[in-house]
Amino acid sequence: MNRGAVNSFVNYGLVLAFYLIVQILRANGDLSRAFQAQLVPICVYIIMAISLNLVVGISGELSLGHAAFMSVGAFTGVVVSTMLVDSVASTPLRLAISILVGGIAAGIAGIFIGIPVLRLHGDYLAIVTLAFGEIIKNILNTVYVGLDSTGLHYGMTSINELGMDSAGKTIINGPMGAMGIDKASTFTAAIIMVLITLFAIQNMIRSRSGRAIMAIRDNRIAAEASGLNVMKYKMMAFVTAAAFAGMAGVLYALNYSTVVPKKFDFNTSILVLVFVVLGGLGNLRGSMIATAVLIILPEMLREYQLYRMLIYSIILIVVMLITNNERAHAIKDRLVAIVEDYFKKILAPIFRRKGGAK
Amino acid sequence: MGNQIENKEERIPILETVDLGIDFGGLTAVDNFNISIKNVEIAGLIGPNGAGKTTVFNLLTKVYQPTRGKILLGGKDTASMNTVQMNRAGVARTFQNIRLFDTLTVEENVKIGLHNEIHYNWFDGVFRTARYWKHEKYAHERAMELLSIFDMQGMANQKAGSLPYGAQRRLEIVRALGTNPSVLLLDEPAAGMNPSETAELMENIRKIRDTFQIAIVLIEHDMSLVMNICEEIAVLNYGKIIAKGTPEEIQANPKVIEAYLGKQKEEA
Amino acid sequence: MSFLNYLISGVSLGSIYAIIALGYTMVYGIAKMLNFAHGDVIMIGTYFAYFATTSHSLPPAIAVIAAMLCCTILGVVIEFLAYRPLRGATSLAVLITAIGVSFFLQNFALIRWGSSPKNFPSLVPFDKVSLFGGDLIISGEAITTMLACIFVMIGLSFFIKKNKLGKAMRAVSEDREAAQLMGINVNYTIAMTFAIGSALAGIAGVLLCSMYPTLSPTTGAMPGIKAFTAAVFGGIGSIPGAMLGGILLGMIEIFSRAYISTQLSDAIVFAVLIVVLLVRPTGLLGKKIREKV
Repeated sequence: MNRGAVNSFVNYGLVLAFYLIVQILRANGDLSRAFQAQLVPICVYIIMAISLNLVVGISGELSLGHAAFMSVGAFTGVVVSTMLVDSVASTPLRLAISILVGGIAAGIAGIFIGIPVLRLHGDYLAIVTLAFGEIIKNILNTVYVGLDSTGLHYGMTSINELGMDSAGKTIINGPMGAMGIDKASTFTAAIIMVLITLFAIQNMIRSRSGRAIMAIRDNRIAAEASGLNVMKYKMMAFVTAAAFAGMAGVLYALNYSTVVPKKFDFNTSILVLVFVVLGGLGNLRGSMIATAVLIILPEMLREYQLYRMLIYSIILIVVMLITNNERAHAIKDRLVAIVEDYFKKILAPIFRRKGGAK
Repeated sequence: MGNQIENKEERIPILETVDLGIDFGGLTAVDNFNISIKNVEIAGLIGPNGAGKTTVFNLLTKVYQPTRGKILLGGKDTASMNTVQMNRAGVARTFQNIRLFDTLTVEENVKIGLHNEIHYNWFDGVFRTARYWKHEKYAHERAMELLSIFDMQGMANQKAGSLPYGAQRRLEIVRALGTNPSVLLLDEPAAGMNPSETAELMENIRKIRDTFQIAIVLIEHDMSLVMNICEEIAVLNYGKIIAKGTPEEIQANPKVIEAYLGKQKEEA
Repeated sequence: MSFLNYLISGVSLGSIYAIIALGYTMVYGIAKMLNFAHGDVIMIGTYFAYFATTSHSLPPAIAVIAAMLCCTILGVVIEFLAYRPLRGATSLAVLITAIGVSFFLQNFALIRWGSSPKNFPSLVPFDKVSLFGGDLIISGEAITTMLACIFVMIGLSFFIKKNKLGKAMRAVSEDREAAQLMGINVNYTIAMTFAIGSALAGIAGVLLCSMYPTLSPTTGAMPGIKAFTAAVFGGIGSIPGAMLGGILLGMIEIFSRAYISTQLSDAIVFAVLIVVLLVRPTGLLGKKIREKV
């Protein structure tokens, strides 16, 4: 087995280990309610980070609208799930169908947005993904969907004008978002989705397609001169990422009873970007670990909640300086060496004792 | 070698340009450019710095769209083709300022060259179908075979960006060969090499031509290399061809001497 | 008459965009980077102006100067700490850093001054002008904004053409290495570009909040992105382009709010950005740049 394959299996192992540890702690009653409430979101954001890393790290294009695909998936998923409440009795099956449809919807959105966006480069591409993100958020703010005995109703003015009968159920209410969601997401389902995402994206990266995507990132002109269809592979990365973001969105929405479009704004896109950057561009394991740590840690340090986003912003800047500036990199190396020395001094006696016992 | 020169009359032109030209803004960079590259020929494109040699390569690979004139590939007009299509139709190149995929390994760089020979899709890649394994195995073997031209199999797992300069230049040639070209354009392949490396490169260029039976066009400043291996040479100055012919004819041409001596004086 | 009213508020909003867009267009033209934090520099400066007038009861002119000074210092410090170490890094790295700076400023303001919006008192001392027997009312803020925009444009154009530093800026934007070889201090020139762009941001912030009197940590974000849109619309790197793009965008925004939909007006503004970038990526007055191979 080569190094890439080993890496992939280590990642599956990490996810399973996380699942087992949580299940054991949960069974022993060692998990706080607040922490348990974070389990599905952690998985959702891991899927978001892995898929965004495919675009930003592997394909090398900065997307600032990743949350928009999440929202497309979320609201599609809610509509599908609500429609199926009566016909599909099995909750896991209903969840799976909703995730699939939500992913496809987000993927289609990815195709429509990718076609214009991927013709651009660099800063312009980034700012246009931001623009599309805002446009989708604005449009979702004007979407009203309801369900009654005659079927699905939708409009762009208000819920009263959908012309539903008296038993009609509001599914999406403009800026108020989706409501009365029948919660279907579970931690187990979320972990399975993380594994599916890892499987698809890791295998994709270690295939002909992934190689082409990275080659285009490294040198677009040489890739073209080697006969690579640049648009095709940029689209492949972008649409795959959009589809998985959509699936994460479904998982997220079906974890709550209400979800508003504002939740999926620019700030959420940036939050996911922070996870990706801290974990390392192109490093999927890094994305997973950074996501988990950056969600769990602030939960534990409640009194510092206010400073959370401030610290995230500093993380973005510092990581970028360390990875791109030699002097900053040297300072980091020196600090790491000092910390290592310090821990070695503390830990040396412990290890020596252990070694002696052996 | 000898019998190839005898066969020269029978060779068919593989790549031809007709009155090719390009303007950048108001500036004419290349004008009235006419060459005819025959099958299995080594041709040279020389000229002083800034004469437009690399621009010609950029035109032949459609990195730039020509303002005027035609490029015929195997007799067919390529007006509607882009860089990718030119490569698939058989034009491969290297770059003056090396353009490798730095974060990919040497083997992966060659596999990018082989990309259009590996036939499996997104689905095969994700689900690791039999087709995936079959084609990846082929790609690996073929990549190693191509790397063996320059004895580079041992470097297969190194990152391309970390290779020494000379090895990077050679890897670019291997990657270009991977695309299965009928014409290979080499932009200053000997730049930065010492005389013994250059001599080795010269042998290898001949070897590549003979094994792959392809035409090679090279831009080079090293006159000993050009005069030694090229059968046809075109001299470019200020975007125009000022002389064409065999090495002997070029060496005797007063216009060429003027263009070069003028340049040497400035440099002195 | 409502059309004329809309036109005037469009032009005055556009004038603010134009002044902000100048900061983007100069920095993009010279440092080749998108200073994503520009809008948030505006917000911080405006807070300074707010506290100068409310807590310290300083006269408006002093408040404006305080805002400009604060923005200038902030702009130069950001450039020095965050952007200068990344010169030569990929545009991806620089943009992510700029987004980090933007987030830092917003969250700093949130922690320091709270999320509840402040009611910004208008700093414009002029009264509104009524025309056509009160059918057309032009506010003092609108007049001041338009005048300020014209004044800034003319001043800046002269500066870039005649002043030594202005010439250095043009040289650096044309070819950084060549400028350096000619003895131009590139780092100093870029820092000065940030200083000027940020000082203008200070003016823009005060004008913006005089017209739309709420000030919160996110006040600068949207106008910032829209002003960047304006800069791209007009042609990035071009000063007249920033003015043209700003005013057109302001009009598009106000008219779509008035005649199409309040909720979708931002979407329409962003759609303009997308269409411009796809149809004419160099903007209305920009130059075409060819990638070197």
